[in-house]
Amino acid sequence: MTGTDLSIDTNLKEDTGGVSLWKDAFRRLLKNKMAVIGGTFLLLEILLAIATPWIAPYDFEAQNLELWVEAPSMAHWFGTDTLGRDLFTRVLYGGRISLMVGILASLVSVVIGVTYGAISGYLGGRVDSFMMRIVDVLYALPFIFLVIILMVYFGRNIYLLFVALGMTQWLTMARIVRGQVISLKEKEFVQAATSMGVRKSTIIFKHLIPNCLGPVIVFMTLTVPTVILEEAFLSFLGLGVQAPMASWGTLISNGVEVMEIRSTVLLFPAMALGLTLFSLNFLGDGLRDALDPKGAKD
Amino acid sequence: MAPILDVRNLKAHFHTRRGVVRAVDGIGFSLEKGETLGIVGESGSGKSVTQLSILGLLPSPPLKIESGQALFGGMDLLQASPSQLRAVRGNKISMIFQEPMTSLNPYLKVGTQLVEPLVQHRNLKKKEAWAKAVVSLEKVGIADAESAMNSYPHEFSGGMRQRVMIAMALTTDPELLIADEPTTALDVTVQAQILDLLKSLQKETGMAIILITHDLGVVAGMADRVLVMYAGKAFEYGTTEDIFYRSQHPYTSALLRSTPRLDTEVGSLPPIGGSPPDLMRLTGGCPFYERCGHRMDDCKEIFPEVKTFAETHRSYCHLKELPQ
Repeated sequence: MTGTDLSIDTNLKEDTGGVSLWKDAFRRLLKNKMAVIGGTFLLLEILLAIATPWIAPYDFEAQNLELWVEAPSMAHWFGTDTLGRDLFTRVLYGGRISLMVGILASLVSVVIGVTYGAISGYLGGRVDSFMMRIVDVLYALPFIFLVIILMVYFGRNIYLLFVALGMTQWLTMARIVRGQVISLKEKEFVQAATSMGVRKSTIIFKHLIPNCLGPVIVFMTLTVPTVILEEAFLSFLGLGVQAPMASWGTLISNGVEVMEIRSTVLLFPAMALGLTLFSLNFLGDGLRDALDPKGAKD
Repeated sequence: MAPILDVRNLKAHFHTRRGVVRAVDGIGFSLEKGETLGIVGESGSGKSVTQLSILGLLPSPPLKIESGQALFGGMDLLQASPSQLRAVRGNKISMIFQEPMTSLNPYLKVGTQLVEPLVQHRNLKKKEAWAKAVVSLEKVGIADAESAMNSYPHEFSGGMRQRVMIAMALTTDPELLIADEPTTALDVTVQAQILDLLKSLQKETGMAIILITHDLGVVAGMADRVLVMYAGKAFEYGTTEDIFYRSQHPYTSALLRSTPRLDTEVGSLPPIGGSPPDLMRLTGGCPFYERCGHRMDDCKEIFPEVKTFAETHRSYCHLKELPQ
């Protein structure tokens, strides 16, 4: 036994910095055609939304009552709405609001849900029971009414909309993360970190949360469309963004009013919303497969 | 010389809904600088629980320390506060585990994890800690340590991951290393390499090692002293020679007989009949009673007092002397 050569060759690739599991997942994602198409479409949409103030052909509130619900033409690609405003411009600005609400509200829900779920799952025992009962109680509240009450009470404020929608979404996120953490905390690497005297907070934020980000990302791609839909629903009810600003929801609601006269006023914003939701779902699907290579392929 | 770890009459019980599990029931041992203590026993004999309860690594409840002391550097670890324990763990006492494959966080670079104990206990800056971690990786025989630091755990084999774990345990120059079946998940050649590595590192740093294992061969090669555990109780405690050549306990000798050896020709190995008792249904007697070849009436009711054979050799059995 003595005299064995104690060193072994690590035999690593020339470039230092190995392939992380994230890079690996990204490679698998690129192989999924639908996910790539969805992702590209979304990226394009986000770029358009950012660039809207510079590329929009008209002012979003410039009215021209002579052009009442015009059909699409070279001057007005998507036609005009009931106040003669350029619909293409309106759809661009609407997308800005809808995407922003979707992404920001989802981020709010992720931050609250992941932190809450991870703490609850890691601490376990009575603390866990108590925290999860709170979630159960909140689940039982009809949240859309809560949002409506908030909007009525505090006034229609776009930032309040982010918070309110985020608040309705974090519960499921908290449950998912808690479940993940409970199975992860029994893993040896958590035990090893504990045995090395690492602080509880470090274990939660450095070791546990990165390991459950996979399901979190997948769930987030499902949250974004839900939030966009909810915002559209609130706007449809007249509780969303304030006129003359518009989201896709308000545009659709306006379109419904004149749908028998000029269906394009409804069609274009509805298509924009539909395509976005499709893309998000395809991307989410692709991400799920990419992050869980062991799961079923289709 | 004063022992660096002195454990006396440790009793750690799990209080579950179905009853009390006496996982550790009156264990004592001590350990000096540079020494290796081997703890042997079957699965479920309380080897790991002994160590985990000393370091406060088991959730409580259900675990309850019923009695005992674990003196380490003038402090009783069993009475220490969580923050005092955290200051000891990974600093003066480090631990390595059985499963090198899952002991590293798959999403973090090896280097990020290696610097963790240094940043935690030594207040080093990231850069200094990184440099120190590279040195300790080189010490455990990983060539090209710089690029290993930038790799992810899944790019390593089991043996290499165990080396990384050892490196991580040793970055803070601990006085005591607890190795909980460090080679069980590895194949035999890698096993030998890791054990050699531990031995040479021990010689270099003078740390004490507690080696938990069910492999008597590993114990014979590594340990200075041996503690034989069964059903949460200490059965025999002595130097490696005491245990292997002058065993005074029927369980130890049955265990030795059931171990394959290269130097004797046996047709088939004699197993120990039966299975270990349910720790929830222990009577006051010797837990080995049902399976023992030398049982007497006394054994059923009374757990034997300690019998001292040599200064270092203790056994718990009613037999006056074990017939060889």
